[in-house]
Amino acid sequence: MEPIIEISNLSFSYPDGKQALDDIHLQVLPGEKVALVGANGAGKSTLLYHLNGIFSGCGKVSIDNLELNKHNLAKIRALIGVVFQNPDDQLFSPTVFEDIAYGPIYQGFDRITVQKKVEQALKAVHMDDYAGRNPYHLSSGEKKRISIATVLSMQPKILALDEPTAGLDPRARRELIELLFELSQTMLIATHDLDMVKKLTTRTILLNRGKIAADGPSVSILRNEDLLKVNGLI
Amino acid sequence: MRELYTHNLSVIHRIDARTKAIFALAFIIFLNLTPSGAWPAYILFTTLICSLALLSRSGMSLILKRSLLALPFVLAALPLIFAGPAPQGQVTVLNGLQITYSMEGLSRFASIAIKSWVSVMAAVLLAATTRFPDLLLALEQLRIPQLFVAIIGLMWRYLFVISDEVTRMLRARASRSAIAPGSSHTGGTLLWRARVTGGMAGSLFLRSIERSDRVYAAMLSRGYTGELPSYETIPLSTKDMLTLVLGILLLVLLWALGVLTGG
Repeated sequence: MEPIIEISNLSFSYPDGKQALDDIHLQVLPGEKVALVGANGAGKSTLLYHLNGIFSGCGKVSIDNLELNKHNLAKIRALIGVVFQNPDDQLFSPTVFEDIAYGPIYQGFDRITVQKKVEQALKAVHMDDYAGRNPYHLSSGEKKRISIATVLSMQPKILALDEPTAGLDPRARRELIELLFELSQTMLIATHDLDMVKKLTTRTILLNRGKIAADGPSVSILRNEDLLKVNGLI
Repeated sequence: MRELYTHNLSVIHRIDARTKAIFALAFIIFLNLTPSGAWPAYILFTTLICSLALLSRSGMSLILKRSLLALPFVLAALPLIFAGPAPQGQVTVLNGLQITYSMEGLSRFASIAIKSWVSVMAAVLLAATTRFPDLLLALEQLRIPQLFVAIIGLMWRYLFVISDEVTRMLRARASRSAIAPGSSHTGGTLLWRARVTGGMAGSLFLRSIERSDRVYAAMLSRGYTGELPSYETIPLSTKDMLTLVLGILLLVLLWALGVLTGG
C-alpha cells in the first residue's frame, strides 16, 4: 500500500531561532490512526501545521502523492482537515451552519450541495439539530464536535487533530473518543492523553525536542515506562 | 506581532524615560503649532527628529516604515487640495472634465502631511528607544491619572494575546480554504468573504469582552480595589533636566522661526 502521508528530511526552526523540528522522517498508511505524543514544546503541533502548509520548513512533505508546495497547497488543504486545539479559533461564524459551510462554499459548491454536505457532516458528529445554533454558546465538547464537522464537510481523507480531548469533561471526552473511533479517515492525533492513545490508535510516534524518539505500535510504546518517563509523558 | 522597542545602549536609549516622553510631546505640540507653509521650520524639525533617530541607532528604515502609520491622517487632508480657499484654478482633464484646485489648499495639505508624518516619527522613535514599562512608569510619575496608565498598560499586555488569537483564527481559516478535487473554482463571492471576515471580527470581539471579564475577576481575587500601588518618584537627574530644558528651548526656537516664515 502506498503511504498517504510521506515526510522526509523535515526540519523547521522558528524565527527566534528555536529548532522545533529536526530531520523528521515519517510515513503513514491510509486508514492508520496514529498518535503523536511528546511533552509540551516537543514539536507536535508544529509537525501538524506542516501537513497543510501553515508552516513550511526544509524538507519534503507529500500528501496522497501530491507534493506540498505553493501550487498544490489548496488541493492538499481539501485532502487534510486540521482540527485546531482551541475550537474558538476554528469557529468564527454566527451560526454552526455557516461555519461548517465555509469549506464547501469556498470550494465553489452550489447551495444544494453545500446544504447536503453540512447535513452529512453534522450527522457524522451526531449533532443534527445544531445547524442554527451560535457556536460561541456551545459547551466545550459540542464545540469540539462542530470543529470536527467543519473539516468533515470537505470530505478529507486525513484528519489531523491537535489535542482533541484537552479540557473536556469525562463524558464529552469518552464520546469524542468514540466518535473518532467511528470515523474512517486516516488520523494523526497530537495529544497528551495516553488513555486515548491506548483506546484509539494502533501506532504511536513519540517526539522529543523536535526529533522522533520512538515510532511503533501504541501497545508496546505505552508499556515502556522508562521511555515515557525519559520523554516527559509520565 | 513584534515589540516596538529595539534594544541597544545608544545615547538616546539611556536618557530618562520622563525626559523623552515630555520632549516627544513638546516636539509634537510645537511642530503642530507652527503655521502652514513654514517650510524652513519643517525642514529643521524633520532634520532634528532624523538626527535623533540616527543617534539612537534604531535603524532609519525601521522608523520610516513605522511612520507610515501617519498615512490615514494624510488622506483625510486630501480634499483640501480641491476645496481649499480662493484663488482657485481649474485644470481640464479627459472628456472635458474640469477639476478645481487651490494653491493655498495644496500648501495646507502639504503642511498637514509633513506635520502628521514627522509627529508620528517622534512617537515611533520614543517607543523604539524606551521600554514600555519604563514609559508607563514615566507617565505615572508625570501625574497622568493612574487609571489611564493602567488602561494603556493592560491594552499593551493584551494586544499581543489578541494578535496571537487573530493569527490562530487566520490559520484555521486558511486550513479550510481549499480546492475540491477535480475542480478549479475557488474562493466564493466577495460578499460572502466579507461576511466571513465580519463573523471573525465579531467572534474576536466577544472573546475579548469575555476575556476582560475573566482578567478583571482575576485582578479582584488578588485584591484589586481600583487603586494601584504608586511608586516613589525619583527626581530627574541634573543632566536629564538640562537635556530636557535645552531640547525644549530648541523646539521654541524652531517654532519661532516657523511663525516668522510661515503663511
